[in-house]
Amino acid sequence: MKMKTKRALLSGTGLLWAAVVISPFWLVLINAAKTSADIVIDPLSLPKNLAQFGANLNNVINNQNFSFWPSFAASLFITAASLALLTLFSSMAAWVLCREKAWWSGAIFMMFVAAMVIPFQVVMLPLLSIYRSIQEFTGIRFLQSFGGLIFAYLGFGGSVSIFILHGFVKGIPLELEEAAAIDGSSMEGVFFRVIFPLLRPVQMTVLILNGIWIWNDFLLPSLMLGLNGRVKTLPVAVTAFVGSFVKQWDLILTAAFLAMIPVITLFAFAQKYIIRGMVEGAIK
Amino acid sequence: MDAPGSVKGTALLAVIAAVVITLYFLPLKGRKREGVIRALFLAPMAAAFAVTVLIPFFVGIFYSMTDWNGIGYKNFIGLGNYIKIFTQNDYLYSFGITLSFTAVNMLVVNLLAFGLALMCASDMRFSKFCRAAFFVPNLIGGIVLGYVWQFIFNKVFVLAFEPSMLTDPNLAFFAVVIVSAWQYAGYIMMIYITGLQTIPKEVLEASGIDGAGALRMLLKIKIPMIAHTFTVCLFLTLVNSFKQFDLNFAITGGAPARILGGKAIQSTEFLALNIYNTAITKNNYALGQAKAVVFFAALAVVSLTQVYIGKKSEVEM
Repeated sequence: MKMKTKRALLSGTGLLWAAVVISPFWLVLINAAKTSADIVIDPLSLPKNLAQFGANLNNVINNQNFSFWPSFAASLFITAASLALLTLFSSMAAWVLCREKAWWSGAIFMMFVAAMVIPFQVVMLPLLSIYRSIQEFTGIRFLQSFGGLIFAYLGFGGSVSIFILHGFVKGIPLELEEAAAIDGSSMEGVFFRVIFPLLRPVQMTVLILNGIWIWNDFLLPSLMLGLNGRVKTLPVAVTAFVGSFVKQWDLILTAAFLAMIPVITLFAFAQKYIIRGMVEGAIK
Repeated sequence: MDAPGSVKGTALLAVIAAVVITLYFLPLKGRKREGVIRALFLAPMAAAFAVTVLIPFFVGIFYSMTDWNGIGYKNFIGLGNYIKIFTQNDYLYSFGITLSFTAVNMLVVNLLAFGLALMCASDMRFSKFCRAAFFVPNLIGGIVLGYVWQFIFNKVFVLAFEPSMLTDPNLAFFAVVIVSAWQYAGYIMMIYITGLQTIPKEVLEASGIDGAGALRMLLKIKIPMIAHTFTVCLFLTLVNSFKQFDLNFAITGGAPARILGGKAIQSTEFLALNIYNTAITKNNYALGQAKAVVFFAALAVVSLTQVYIGKKSEVEM
C-alpha cells in the first residue's frame, strides 16, 4: 500500500511538473491563433476563432522581414551541408590523427582539444575581418554567403567532432585495417570501405550534437549575414521580424511557432536518437 | 548564388583543385603515398580550423592591443585597452553580474536536474513522457525562447503581479535564471539519469537489506558513486552560464537600467552581451576585443579550477 501511494505521488508530481515545463509552448500555440487585441484582453483563454490562426500564419509567412520560406530553406541547407562536410572531414581527420603515431599528430590533436575552451566571442570580431580580407583579395564572397558560414561551422564544430570520433577510432582493432590492406585495398579504400561504415553510431552523435547547435545558432549568422541581409537563417529572421514590429505579439508568437515546429516534429520521430546523441556528446 | 566573383578567386580555387588532384594521382608507392593521403585527409579540417579559429584567436589578441576599428589599425597601444576596460564601471559590473548569474544558475539547474533525475529514475509512471517533456525546451534556440518568455513575463505574469519582472533590475536577473533553468535542466537531468543507471542494482539492494533508508542511500551511495557525473554536469552548466548570450539578448537585452555611482548601467548585461554591444552596437572593436580576451582568460581559469576541484573531490569520495 505504502509503495503504491508513493508511486502515485511521484507520478503526479512528474506530470504536474511536465505540464509546467510545457506550458510556454501551450501559450505560444493558443495565442498564435488570436488577434493582437484578444491577447491583450486575456492571454490565457482558448482562441475564439481558429481561422485567426490561418490569418496570422499567412501574415507572417508573407512578411518581408521574416521571409519564412527562404529563411527556412537557408537554415536547412546550411545545417545539412555543414553536417555532411563536418561528418566526412572530421572522420577523415580523426582517423589520421589517431592512427599516425608521429609527434605532430599528437600535437595537432591536442590543439583541436585545447580549442574547445575558446569561446566564440574571442574569435568573432577578428574572424569577420579575416573573412572580409579574403573576400577583397580573392573576390570570393565569404561574408553574406552560405559558403563562408558553412566553412566557419567546419572550424567551430571540428574540435568536438574530432575529439568524439578520435575516441571511437581508438577502439577499432588495427587488424581490420591490416587485413583489408593485405587484400590489396589502398589507404583511402581502407578508410571508406572499412572504417567509415564502422564509425556510423558515433557519427550519429556528431550529427545530432552539431545539428541542434547549428540549426539554433544566432550570433554567427547574425554577424556574417546581417540582420537585414539578403539571406537569413531562421533565428536571424525571427530577430529581424521582432525588431521590425513594436511588440505585435500575435505575429511574433506565430513566427516563434513556425521557428519551433521543425525541431519539435523531428524530436517526435527521433526522440531516442536525439537524447542519446546529446547526452553521449556531453559525457565524452 | 555564391559563384566566385572574380578571376582571381576562380584561379585560386582552380589551383587548389589542381594541387589536390595532382597529389592524389602522383605515382608514389608505399609510405610516401600514405603520407600524401594523410595530408589530404587532414587538410580540410585543418584549413577550416586555422582560418576560423586559430588565426582569429591570435590575431584577436594582437588587435586587442591596438586601436583597431574592425577594418584596420593605426597604433599599437599595448595594454591601453585593458587598462581602460578595468576602469569602466559597466564592464566591472558585467563581470560581477555574470559571475553571480553563473553561480546562481549552476546551483538552480543542478538541484532541479538532479531532483528530476532521481524522480524519473525511480519507479514512477509516465517516466518516459516526463523525460521527453523536460528535455524539449533544450531543443529550441535561446533567441526564439527568449522572445516567447518576454511575452510571458510582460503579458501573462503581470496578470498575477504588477509590474513586470523585467522592469526591476533585481527581478530581471532572476527572470533570466528562471528561463535558463527551464531550458537547461532537462538536458542536465538526462546526464544525471545516465549516471544513476550505472549504479549496480545489487549495491542498492544490499544496502536496503542492511537497513539503509532512502536519504542515507542517496547521500552514502548514489551521490558518491556518480561523483564523476556531478563534475561533468557542473562543468557544462558553468561554461554554458558564463557564455550565456541568446537568452540575455532576447529576454532583457541588458535592460532595465540601474543607477550606480551616479551613472546609468545596464543591469542585466552579461559579459557576452557587453562584448557584443561594445563592438557591434557602439562600434568600438578594439575595446570589445580586449573585453573578449579577458572573457576567454576568465572562462579558462574558472572552468579549469572547477575541473580540478571536481576531480579532487571525486578521488576523496
